Amino acid sequence: MTDTMVEPGSGAAIRAASARIADPEQRVLERIAEIRKRKPSMREDAITMSHGAGGKASHTLVTALFGDILSNPVLDQLGDQAVLAIPGVDHIGLAVTTDSFVVSPLFFPGGDIGELAVNGTINDLAVGGATPMGISAAFILEEGLDVAVLRRVVESMRRAADRAGVSVVTGDTKVVPRGKADQLFITTTGVGVVALPNRIAIPRIVPGDVVILSGAMGDHGATVMLARGDVDLEADSLRSDTMPLNGLTAALLDSGVDVHFMRDATRGGVATVLNEIAQAAGVAVAIDEASLPIHDAVRGVAEILGIDPLYIANEGKLVAIVAKQDATRAVDLMRSRPEGTEAVVIGEVLAEPEGMVFIHTGFGGTRVVDMLIGDPLPRIC
Amino acid sequence: MCLAIPARLVEYVDEERMYGKVELGGVQRRINTSLLVGEDKTEPGEYVLVHVGFALSRVSETEAAETLRILEEMGPAYTDEMEQIREWQAMEEELVGAHYRDGNGGSPA
Amino acid sequence: MKFADEFRDADLARALAARITAESGDKHWKIMEVCGGHTHTIFKYGIEDLLPSNVELVHGPGCPVCVIPMGRLDDGIAVAHEPGVIFTCFGDLMRVPGSKGSLLDAKAAGADVRMVYSPLDALKIAQENPDRKVVFYAIGFETTAPSTALTLMRAKAEGLRNLFVFCNHVTIIPPMKAILDSPDLQLDGFLGPGHVSTVVGIRPFEFVTRTYNKPVVVVGFEPLDILQGVHMIIQQVLEGRCEVENQYRRVVHDDGNPKALEVLARVFKLRSHFEWRGLGFISQSALELQDEYADFDAEKVFSVPGVRVADPKACQCGEVLKGVLKPWECKVFGTACTPETPIGTCMVSSEGACAAYYNFGRYSRARERERVLASGDRPNGNGHSNGNGVEHDLVPLAVRAR
Repeated sequence: MTDTMVEPGSGAAIRAASARIADPEQRVLERIAEIRKRKPSMREDAITMSHGAGGKASHTLVTALFGDILSNPVLDQLGDQAVLAIPGVDHIGLAVTTDSFVVSPLFFPGGDIGELAVNGTINDLAVGGATPMGISAAFILEEGLDVAVLRRVVESMRRAADRAGVSVVTGDTKVVPRGKADQLFITTTGVGVVALPNRIAIPRIVPGDVVILSGAMGDHGATVMLARGDVDLEADSLRSDTMPLNGLTAALLDSGVDVHFMRDATRGGVATVLNEIAQAAGVAVAIDEASLPIHDAVRGVAEILGIDPLYIANEGKLVAIVAKQDATRAVDLMRSRPEGTEAVVIGEVLAEPEGMVFIHTGFGGTRVVDMLIGDPLPRIC
Repeated sequence: MCLAIPARLVEYVDEERMYGKVELGGVQRRINTSLLVGEDKTEPGEYVLVHVGFALSRVSETEAAETLRILEEMGPAYTDEMEQIREWQAMEEELVGAHYRDGNGGSPA
Repeated sequence: MKFADEFRDADLARALAARITAESGDKHWKIMEVCGGHTHTIFKYGIEDLLPSNVELVHGPGCPVCVIPMGRLDDGIAVAHEPGVIFTCFGDLMRVPGSKGSLLDAKAAGADVRMVYSPLDALKIAQENPDRKVVFYAIGFETTAPSTALTLMRAKAEGLRNLFVFCNHVTIIPPMKAILDSPDLQLDGFLGPGHVSTVVGIRPFEFVTRTYNKPVVVVGFEPLDILQGVHMIIQQVLEGRCEVENQYRRVVHDDGNPKALEVLARVFKLRSHFEWRGLGFISQSALELQDEYADFDAEKVFSVPGVRVADPKACQCGEVLKGVLKPWECKVFGTACTPETPIGTCMVSSEGACAAYYNFGRYSRARERERVLASGDRPNGNGHSNGNGVEHDLVPLAVRAR
């Protein structure tokens, strides 16, 4: 043992420690870290379902194909929303976001595709600190679609828009031959205004910040998975969590709580959002497994199917990165509102290791939480 | 290699075709109960181990309690030692901290 | 959740880890968990963080997804592309790469590939689609094989003519033997596969104690089960015993499940040999359908290319599976071979040693290093010596229980 030969903290000790750091395993891990930081490239010849699942493959598609070809200073930020400058106005900007909805089945416990489309777009604006002004909706309808179904979806959109205090102000309709679409797809675009300079920005995330989750994970993804009927599971208590979060975000921002960043945890779940945050901000995120809020039924589904709830989609939950001194206030405020009754601090931002998310397990160990790879598929082994 | 989960057997729904219903966290699934015979004969309310839609075996409450009892007995005997380890770690961290603060220092041992 | 949460108790874990630390002494222990489910648990709960550095867990070959050779997956994909076929398989298999893409790619290219949770779901699909040929690509050890067997028995009883099984069921004993026969192997004992044992019982592992003089403890899949299993192996060695013990009594009977064994024998017979990815051909290590079930045998009903595809040369999965190399010691680990673009078997399923290490394990190692760096030298000679004298044990941290 060379360790016993040197004085701790001395030059020799530091050299010895550096030598250990440079051991082969560490070199491998460092090389992996480097590779992971590289811009991904699109290796596949064809689009697979993984590219739509919100995890690594989606990320690669967006950065390596769309981001590469359409590159410009606004798009390159790869936010859920873009903020455009309004000529001659410097204290507010125009926030724009767009989202497509192809969920099957169209109706599921707790919501439907119409409500999802409105809420999803409002949430993408809200988590960026913007006040939603109006929504545009484009419909792709399959030949033969029951008008009663369409009416039900559009009525649901109306209710969702009214609930969030936003109007659907324009739209478009296309009909495709039977079999060229699955009943109905909706694309919604939202426009809002945001005060500049924006308080909600990746560079504001600093080590020491706390990570707050606005409620229990995985309700939406688990509900839809069961509603599809592929896994033959039933759970009476399971409901999608789809809801607008603009009231919650406005209350947080108005209260003066020092919110550094927010993002809604949709496809890819909380794990993917945390990874996006860690990578974009060049920080580490440490979360505490025991603190993670989750309903029994989602846990049951996750256990049976061997899926980690951290990767299951939500449609009404956000992750907020808040200055440490305001953490309690932020959580109290969230809990006082219907959207955030189960809000809780789930972790903290650390300086290192850069770009990595890890979890302290309830069992006393630690593990890495990577981005979702492909779809969260049920496993048997 | 095989994900199998303990779930509560709610009822047998089709005795002839050997189907039953299990429940976990309010989630229910129909499972095949063909293998629940002999020692694994299970009454509704008891737990079974479920794998790919089949109940593999009955989960024995008695044996589970016995395993936990053994585990729990290991606890107290080592609590003292754990305390000692924690003290040692705290001491060490303090000493190491001091080395960094002072730039250098003697061996903590 | 009953029978799960109790076995995830952190305080009991720390106490048990402390006991293992105290009793393991200065010896370097190498214990292999045979089963991929154990590997998954070990990484998911960070169990290695609790164990002293001189107790090393070696991640064995028991992941049924990982061991499917590329050529066999290609065969499955070829069947999936046959006209009129609905190809069904467990979700685990969807992303596993064959030589020309995965089942997910085949699906993107137009094949009707459907994920099922149970072989009974495949049977249901066959009943609902009488004009289609429904193929179930069966994988799994003795745990899963009875489910396939019972499904086939039901299909036969109901006179179903459009359900076919592409059988890749394997058995656990032959690869264990192959690993034990490997000359470069130094193991102190095995954590036996709990769920396989619900079917086969614990007696089939007696050859390990008798012929190879290594203790076996059949363990469950919650983190405390694994820690207790490790402790039981250490106790056996220290007490000079060498036995097959059953830690997982709550579900495993010493004789297994006779009914499950009976249906296995009725529907399956041993194949003369089967190729294991990373381990090569192992005789009598897999199951095929009995002649009585030939009409249901996808390999007999469809024309299967049967082209053997060699494992990529750079891939060192065999060594990793035998515990000779650690995942990160493989030449392509984490660079050419990642969970998104796996080259070798150990990276393809979340149960594979490499994928588990890549997905879950990278940080805790990095942290250990930081702790070593941050604390300078470690005190010695106070009863928590880190001097186990093993060179490749990277970070001599005395006690990691917090």
